[in-house]
Amino acid sequence: MLPALFWRRYLLSSWPWRALAYVFTTYLLLPFITFGTAMLALPWAAAASRFSESGMLDLGLLPWLISSAVLVVTIGPLVAMPLAALERHRLGIVDKRPIVTAHTSGTTGSPFARYMETALWRELAYLLLLAIVAPVIYGALAALVFLAFLLITSPLIAMAADDPVTLWFAEVGSFEQALPITILGLAMVPLIGYLLGLLSGGHAALARAMLTDTGANALREVTRSRARLLDAFDAERRRIERDLHDGAQHRLTSLTLQLAVARLDVTGGSPAAHALDKAHDQAKELMVVLRDLIHGIRPQVLTELGLPAAVAELAGQSAIPVTVTNLLGGQRLPETLESTAYFAVSEALVNVATHSKAKRAAVKLSMRSGKVVVEVSDDGRGGADPARGSGLTGLADRVAAVNGRLLLSSPPGGPTLVRVELPWSR
Amino acid sequence: MESVRVVLAEDGVLLREGLSGVLQRFGFEVIAAVGETNSLKAVVAQQKPDLVITDIRMPPSFTDEGIRAAVELRTTYPGTAVVVLSQYVQDGFASTLLETGDGTRIGYLLKDRVVDLAEFIAALRTVVSGGTVVDPEVVRRLLRRPRDPLADLSSREREVLALLAEGHSNAAIGKRLFITEPAVGKHVGNIFAKLGLPPTQDVNRRVLAVLTYLRTT
Repeated sequence: MLPALFWRRYLLSSWPWRALAYVFTTYLLLPFITFGTAMLALPWAAAASRFSESGMLDLGLLPWLISSAVLVVTIGPLVAMPLAALERHRLGIVDKRPIVTAHTSGTTGSPFARYMETALWRELAYLLLLAIVAPVIYGALAALVFLAFLLITSPLIAMAADDPVTLWFAEVGSFEQALPITILGLAMVPLIGYLLGLLSGGHAALARAMLTDTGANALREVTRSRARLLDAFDAERRRIERDLHDGAQHRLTSLTLQLAVARLDVTGGSPAAHALDKAHDQAKELMVVLRDLIHGIRPQVLTELGLPAAVAELAGQSAIPVTVTNLLGGQRLPETLESTAYFAVSEALVNVATHSKAKRAAVKLSMRSGKVVVEVSDDGRGGADPARGSGLTGLADRVAAVNGRLLLSSPPGGPTLVRVELPWSR
Repeated sequence: MESVRVVLAEDGVLLREGLSGVLQRFGFEVIAAVGETNSLKAVVAQQKPDLVITDIRMPPSFTDEGIRAAVELRTTYPGTAVVVLSQYVQDGFASTLLETGDGTRIGYLLKDRVVDLAEFIAALRTVVSGGTVVDPEVVRRLLRRPRDPLADLSSREREVLALLAEGHSNAAIGKRLFITEPAVGKHVGNIFAKLGLPPTQDVNRRVLAVLTYLRTT
């Protein structure tokens, strides 16, 4: 809106009309806003009147002030939220840029979740600001418009009235006398056009700044797209794992079996027997290689049985005794979450084995307020530093990609605790 | 020696035929080779074989169909020997299997073992003749695990479990240990998790936890 004011053809464009529509709808809204806010401020007004009567500040004012504050904080948001929604809608009249709510919790969530958002309190501030400032400014504009209306219609007023009428600065007696005043009134119209633009533009800029999301949503979208990408990677890994298993692994096992069968028919000690033995051994080695390869892509136990079983397997493979405590129950988590948590445990246990000199380690899987929490602790010498090992940094990156976080406590002398929190919305 | 009548369940065609050939060669009578567990159950019901060999990962979900079928068959036909072939070591699979029936005539082997014919056939014969065969890899892991199921409990959790065994409610335990009831609940939850008692409605976990406690003290 505001840049349009600098156009040479501003008055001929659609913008003054848009501004008019915006300002007009504001007039329709204002009584409700002012009245509603005044209701909330009633105790405060009572306190003010008491103060003006007694002329001194005493403790008796306190309950009034507090009750007013409580009203504003509790009921205020209920008024501010629908108003903000309407205002964002109305913003479209004079602002063609995309308008995004700054609320992060959906409308389906608990109403209390909204009370925890900054967006809501910005909306409340907007309501209060509008209730206090808007009546003055919009009132002034209304007076100006009314004056222009009077000036323009002054010839008619002069004709209708018997006696000369005093209009602001001039006394008008007849139709002819009133004509210059009409011209003055008409001259005010373009000025009003600009004032409309200025007022609506200013109001809209304020609304955009206080009620919409200017940058955080874009960031959120980046996070989401990163998570989607990770999901796609996971699905692809799973497909490759399945293809390798159903195709290559199965055929290789069958081939190795056939080699063993062929060996049965060949007399021991013959060159053919020797060659078959070698082939059989090589095929068996290849089976191991392929199994490890598939496991590295995506562990089958994770795909088939879920996180707790896969973590138990990891614990079983570890060089030191690892206790696994699973408080997640049997529920399956989303694929990406499972593989991230698995990766975290795997990486942490590798660190325990290579750096910590620990005798025991423990893995705990649990759930706390919408988060899957993975904790890996050991009784080693501590002193783990994310800056030195790339393992922890890689893990932190992986965890950050699903919007989770990695916490590390590892004082010199130990013990070390790696805690990974992964948000999970069911 | 009378030939052993075998039913084989494996969803991969190549391997299924390869195994069939091997079994016949070593004197087993393969009366059926099937690709999924429903036909396996049907064939077993009809033919009453001496031995069932089944893959674990089979259609439709490719997770633990084979294990579930094996447990069901063991329960319905206790005399039938069952050998399951697993893609990877899963202690849970092994223990589920060993807990059904009297724990004999059961085999749990990694699938890769089938290519070592002599050992594989020997394992099958052991199971058929009333023995139990568990893959060396599983045994290796079980041996490394801490034996005492209570070893993982913290001292506070042991106190809570001891009071639990005396029959106290969470509230009563809280009063005795000067902690809040929710804190007791949390300890009890940890005890269940550490003793490997999953949340189900079929069993009373408090009783199971107490039984574990009584067995070890």
